[in-house]
Amino acid sequence: MRKLFLKSIKSSTRNKFSTYIMVIAFFSIAAILVEAGILGSLFKGLLVPMCYYIILAVSLNLTVGILGELSLGHAGFMCVGAYVGGVFSILTKDIITSALIRFPLALVVGGLAAGLFGILIGIPILRLKGDYLAIVTLAFGEIIKKLVQNIYIIKDVTGFHFSFATSIDTSTIDSESKQVILNGPMSISGIPKNANIVIGVILVLITLFVIMNLVDSRSGRAFMAIRDNRIVAEGIGINITKYKLIVFSFSAFFAGVAGSLFAHFSTVDPTKFDYNLSILILVFVVLGGIGNIRGSVIAAVILYALPELLRSFQNYRMLIYAIVLIVMMILNNNEKFLRFKERFTFKRLFAKKHAKEDA
Amino acid sequence: MKKRIFSIALAGTMILSGLVGCSGKKSDALVIGGIGPLTGENAQYGEAVRNGAQLAVDEINAAGGVGTNGMKLELNFQDDEGDSEKAVNAYNTLKDNGMQLLMGTVTSKPCIAVSEYTYSDNMFMLTPSGSAIDCTKYDNAFRVCFTDPTQGKSSAQYIGVNDLATKVAVIYDSSSDYSAGIYDAFVAEAKNQGIEIVITQAFTKDSKTDFSVQIQKVKESGAELVFLPIYYNEAALILQQASSAGVTAKVFGCDGLDGIINQLAGDASLAEGVMLLTPFSVNSSDETTKKFVSAYKTAFSNELPNQFAADAYDAIYAIKAALEQAKVTDLEIDASELCDLLKIAMTKINIDGVTGEMAWTAAGERAKDPVPMKIVNGTYVAM
Repeated sequence: MRKLFLKSIKSSTRNKFSTYIMVIAFFSIAAILVEAGILGSLFKGLLVPMCYYIILAVSLNLTVGILGELSLGHAGFMCVGAYVGGVFSILTKDIITSALIRFPLALVVGGLAAGLFGILIGIPILRLKGDYLAIVTLAFGEIIKKLVQNIYIIKDVTGFHFSFATSIDTSTIDSESKQVILNGPMSISGIPKNANIVIGVILVLITLFVIMNLVDSRSGRAFMAIRDNRIVAEGIGINITKYKLIVFSFSAFFAGVAGSLFAHFSTVDPTKFDYNLSILILVFVVLGGIGNIRGSVIAAVILYALPELLRSFQNYRMLIYAIVLIVMMILNNNEKFLRFKERFTFKRLFAKKHAKEDA
Repeated sequence: MKKRIFSIALAGTMILSGLVGCSGKKSDALVIGGIGPLTGENAQYGEAVRNGAQLAVDEINAAGGVGTNGMKLELNFQDDEGDSEKAVNAYNTLKDNGMQLLMGTVTSKPCIAVSEYTYSDNMFMLTPSGSAIDCTKYDNAFRVCFTDPTQGKSSAQYIGVNDLATKVAVIYDSSSDYSAGIYDAFVAEAKNQGIEIVITQAFTKDSKTDFSVQIQKVKESGAELVFLPIYYNEAALILQQASSAGVTAKVFGCDGLDGIINQLAGDASLAEGVMLLTPFSVNSSDETTKKFVSAYKTAFSNELPNQFAADAYDAIYAIKAALEQAKVTDLEIDASELCDLLKIAMTKINIDGVTGEMAWTAAGERAKDPVPMKIVNGTYVAM
C-alpha cells in the first residue's frame, strides 16, 4: 500500500520533498547539536550565514542553471536588498515596535527593491547574450557598490538630507534630532539584529518552494526551452524577453531577501558586495551542479563552512580550500568517478533495502 | 544526489577535525585571542598586528610572565580577511578555543561587528587599530589608536593654531571609512579654525595608482598645504607624482602616513618636511621605541614595524599592566569575570609604550591627544 502511494506521487514532487526534508533535517540536527554543546559557537555562528548563502546560490542557479545565462552581478542585488531592508528597519524601528512584524516586512521590502532593480536592469540588458550579459551584470554589481559607498542620508525634524559623493553640509542639520541613516563608506549602523536560525530556515524553504515550483511550471519549461535552443524556443512562440525578465526578477528578488537577512545578521559593509562575492556564489552554483537546485544547497553549506572548519591549518587554510575546490571540480567532471559514486547514491541504497523487504 | 555521500564524508571529517581541535584545548597560559586580516588586500595590517603582538607576548613570557605568580600569555591569532562576517566566525572559533580576552580586531568594520558579540558575551576587547567611533561604543571595548574624528579634528586645530596655512587642499580615499572619517571631522573643524578648503579630491581603492588628475587640480587651486588622511602606500605615490608635477605645497597627514620614509626608499628626500600626526615613529630616538624596532627587525627578517605593529605591541603590554593592576592570578579565570576586572583596571593604568604615554578613559579612548611630528633629515622630530 505504502509503496503504491509513494509511486503515485510524481517523481518531481518526491524530489522536492526530499530537498525540504534534507534542509529541515540538517538544520534541526545542527541546532540540537549546538544546543547540546557538542558543536561549538563557531558552528552556531555559521548557521544563519549558511541560510542566506543557500538562498543566494539557489536564486542564482535559476538564472545560470535554468535559464542558462551567466550573471556575475548577484552581489549587487544582494547589496540593494541589504541596504533597502536595513534602512527600512531603521526608519520603522519606532513605528513598528514588534520585530515579528517589522522583520518580515523588511525582508519583503528588501526583496522587492532588488526585484525592481532586476526588472529595470533586465529590460535593456536581456537583449544581450552570453559573455556580453556576463560583462554587463558584472558592471552592474560594481556600479551598485560604488553608488552605496557615496550616498549620505541624514534624517532630522525638518526631513531627510540627501547627499552624493561628499559628506553632508552639517550646518543646516538640526543636531538635536539628527539621525545618520546612510553614511557613505561607513554605511549603515544600528540595524536591529533580528535574524535567527528559525527565520533563516523558513526563508530557505520558501525560496526552495517558489523556485522549484517555478522551474516545474509552464514558465519553467519555457526557461529551459530558451536555455536549450533559443531559436527553436522563439520559433514555437515563446516570448524570450518576457521569460528572461521573469527569471531575472525572481532571481534578484531572492538575492534581495538574502541581502536583507544578511543586513539583519551581520554588519553591512559596501566593500563586501564586490566581484568576489558574486564569484563565490557562482562557485557554489557550479560545484553544486548547474541547474541542480539541491546541489546548490549542499554546495553552499559545505563550501561556506569549509574555510572556517579548516582554521586549525592556520596559514595553509586558503591553500587547502583552493585545492579542495579544484579536486571537487575535477572529480565532478570525471566519468569514472561519477560511475563510482553512482554505486553509493541513496536511490541505490534504498532500492537494495526495498528489494530485501520484498524478499 | 550523487555528490552527497562524498560531501557528507568530507564535511564529517572537517567537523571532526574542528571538534578535536577544541576539545583537547586547555593550555597552561592565559589565552589572548587576536583577529585580523592575514589574507586578502588588508593582509599587511593584520600581519603587522600579529607580529607586534607575538613579539610582546614572547618578551613578557621570557621576562617571567605576568603578575606575582608569573602567569604566561598565549596568543591565538585568527584570520578574518578584513570581512565582518568572517571576523565573527573567527571570534566564535577563538571562543571555542578557550579565549579569555580579545586583542582585536585590526580593521574598523569587522571590529564593530565583533564588538556586538563581545558585548553580549561580556568579553574584554582591546583593539589595536580599529579607529572608527563605533568600535568602542560598549564599555568592554578599548582601543590603542586614536579615533578617526580625533585625528581629523586635531589636524585642523594644529594647522589653524600654528598658522600653517589658510588655503588647504585635501586628497582622500572616499571608499575607506578611515580616510572618510578623518576627512569629515577635518572639514567640520576647519571652519572653526578659519581654514579654507580650496579643493577636495577623492579617489577610491580601485583607482589608487595614478593621481595626476588630483595633483593637477591641487596645483591649479593654489593651496598652501595638502592634507592627506590616507595610508603611506598611496601617499608615497602622491608625493612622487606631485614632485614631478612641480607642486610645492606643504604636506600634512595622520597616523596612516607613518612608514612613508621607507616606502619612498630611493627618494626619501621627497618626505622632507612632511608633517604627520602620529603617536609612533619608527625612526624615533626614544629608548623604548628603539628597543622595539630592533627586536622586531630581529624577529621578523629585518622588516620594519609600522603603526599597526606598534599599536599591537602596546596593546599586549597594556593588557599585562591591566592584569597586574587587577591582580589577576587565576589562569582559568572566566572571560566574563575577567572582563569586569579589566574594565576597571584599564582606566587606572598609566604606562609608557612605543605609542607614547598610555592611559585610558572609561569610554575606552586614549586620554591624551596625538602629537604632530615633522620629518627632518629622514627622521621624525616633534614639532
